[in-house]
Amino acid sequence: MDMSFSPEQEAFRAEVRSWLREALPPELAIKAEHDAAFSHEEVMTWHQILAAKGWVAPHWPKEHGGPGWDATQRYIFSQELELMGTPQLSPFGLAMVGPLIMQFGSAEQQQRFLPKILSGEEVWCQGYSEPGAGSDLASLTTRADKQADGDYLLTGQKTWTTYAQYADWIFVLARTNQDVKQQAGISFFLVDMKTPGITVKPFLTTGGTPAFCETWFDAVRVPKENLIGQENMGWTYAKALLGHERTLVAGVGISARTLLRAKRLAAEIQVNGAPLLEDPAFRAKLAKTEIKLEALRVTVLRALASAQLGHAPGAESSILKLRGTELQQESIDLLMEVIGHDGLSWFNAEGVVPPRAESAPSIFNYVRAATIYAGSNEIQKNIIAKLILGLPSA
Amino acid sequence: MDFELSDDQRLLVRTVADFCKKESPVTRLRQLRETELGWEPRTLAQMGELGWLGVMFPEEYGGLGGSFTDTALILEQLGMTLVPEPYLASIVLGGLAVRFAAAPERAAELLPPLLAGEEVWALAYAEAQGRGAPSDIETRATQRGDGYRLTGEKRWVLAGHGASRLIVSARTAGDPRDASGVSLFLVDPKAPGVTVTRVDCMDGHKAAMVSLADAPGELLGEAGAAAPILTRVLDYGAAAACAEGSGIMQAVLAMTRDYLCDRAQFGVKIGTFQALQHRAVDLFVETELAKSSAIAAMIAADDERPEERMRAVSAAKCQLTLSGGFVVRQGTQLHGGIGVTDEHDIGLYFKRMHSLVTLFGDETFHTQRFASLPSFTAHL
Repeated sequence: MDMSFSPEQEAFRAEVRSWLREALPPELAIKAEHDAAFSHEEVMTWHQILAAKGWVAPHWPKEHGGPGWDATQRYIFSQELELMGTPQLSPFGLAMVGPLIMQFGSAEQQQRFLPKILSGEEVWCQGYSEPGAGSDLASLTTRADKQADGDYLLTGQKTWTTYAQYADWIFVLARTNQDVKQQAGISFFLVDMKTPGITVKPFLTTGGTPAFCETWFDAVRVPKENLIGQENMGWTYAKALLGHERTLVAGVGISARTLLRAKRLAAEIQVNGAPLLEDPAFRAKLAKTEIKLEALRVTVLRALASAQLGHAPGAESSILKLRGTELQQESIDLLMEVIGHDGLSWFNAEGVVPPRAESAPSIFNYVRAATIYAGSNEIQKNIIAKLILGLPSA
Repeated sequence: MDFELSDDQRLLVRTVADFCKKESPVTRLRQLRETELGWEPRTLAQMGELGWLGVMFPEEYGGLGGSFTDTALILEQLGMTLVPEPYLASIVLGGLAVRFAAAPERAAELLPPLLAGEEVWALAYAEAQGRGAPSDIETRATQRGDGYRLTGEKRWVLAGHGASRLIVSARTAGDPRDASGVSLFLVDPKAPGVTVTRVDCMDGHKAAMVSLADAPGELLGEAGAAAPILTRVLDYGAAAACAEGSGIMQAVLAMTRDYLCDRAQFGVKIGTFQALQHRAVDLFVETELAKSSAIAAMIAADDERPEERMRAVSAAKCQLTLSGGFVVRQGTQLHGGIGVTDEHDIGLYFKRMHSLVTLFGDETFHTQRFASLPSFTAHL
């Protein structure tokens, strides 16, 4: 057994790191340094820089414009991005609908949509959750009624349609058959956001940012060419997407960065005439979180090594989302403790609190979403209880 | 990066697992804890014959020239059925202390019978003060003629009641807690001036309190230079505890899962209750995380760079206290009333976990050591 990366992999890391330093525009680099929030335009600027380099879709196969990296290279690349704090690209096109179109879409759909996801010309959002269908997604009620000409009329309400206000397209799960078991009557549609009948209303997250939206569909016409695969197979397609690239969901780099920021600030902030970092009780607390993060990091490496050998995701990979998101919260909680009174601040003008502390209160709030989105941690536990531990169903 | 076992390691793990299942199920610990010795010499000899005891020692010492990972893989399996033979105490602590302290030619004389399973050794490093810190000792050794005489009180010498050789730390110079001046001695427990008092341990193992009054001892290696050697040996001990603890957690998880599938209340299997399912998942998560840190520690234990070794070992030992403590406590809770009867095995796992958590540095010690390494404040 060996936990080290090969010289080739280390060389790859060095290449990525030095390119990132060059490529990240200075105004973004300053924001990254302080973990400040990036605007949509800044995110898209970064998207285009990565696209020009051919690195925007690390997990896409080469024939669709991916760089042709293996699982370990993808992990190293994402680690470097996380450690540098570069803008997080929207996952809806690159990580979600893109791979789904590759797997289940027609050749025409692939040609029509994939290049523009890659280039960033078209931005996507996700139409899954509804006010009455969250963890129990299969109970969704948005309906797509087939018309005589084969097109569909979409009616219903979606929520948590993150960044729908910037999106050109939305992928939607909608009911096409009311008379069968819930999961068996759902289809997967690609919908142009400019179609008449769509209303988008952004609302604030607790982090004070307008990330979430509600999106209404009022008899929105969806051409039949925009159905993915077969009618009523949408649930199967959506499920196939889960479990992809689980080694990336842990966000070890994000937590590591937050901890490093907490340490740097703790080295500056004076308590009782000495840096907070020298306080044994506080230092031990930091150390314990770092130790837990280290255990998670090794677990990611185990999952990665197994993926590299072509094995199906093992038991260890199922815990990554669960513990990874908990540690993202635990590390920002520590950062808030470090900044103390400055953590009472809320989007004040520059200069009120040190730049490194400015974004922390917003992240502290918003990161609560991490244990809720992408299958809440309680749903993850239901899945592990059933699929891995084999516990009986009620 | 590679977490796959080699073919040899796979075979080794399978053989040990087989042995544990067929020849040393938990009932063996149950029986042997009632005996004076607490283990069976013939089983130890069998382990020696199979090469399990010498797996990590160089061939010139009678070993197989493998790595500590091989040893850790064995201990993980032994942990699953709580095999009572003193592998950790005798081989990891005793054997490695001699390997690193003694001159190579002396080690080559001493080690073969140990690794063959013909002898048991015990490392006497802990005293009443200092919680096992290598240099915080008061036992003194003074030179007399061509040998040394030792005086002092050693406590909780694991397997010391049944050892044919004691490896004892004593000061040849300096004061308690001085970094230098600690030396290691080979002491014959039957020699005049040595009193060995057997004590029972909670986990069914036995230990000894060792009293030395002008007792003769043979200096191993260089005088005054043993503290770093002991630190290294205790790090091996900690990494071994993490491996054994990982086996315990896996066994407790499996046992708890089976119980949830088996036990019925309110007319249904209790494993259908979501509150209990989620707790079982918590056990699973902690077991996997502790396994990851234990793997990192078993690889790093052989690292010649002390800081790399200490970082991984302290992280793993701290994680063991967090995860292992959680798993045996919640595993017991999920068993309900039966879990607190002596007749049920879970209590034996609970007890052994406490030993592993306590020995070779506890949560506080390893958290502080981790936080004091230069790597903790690198890149600030």
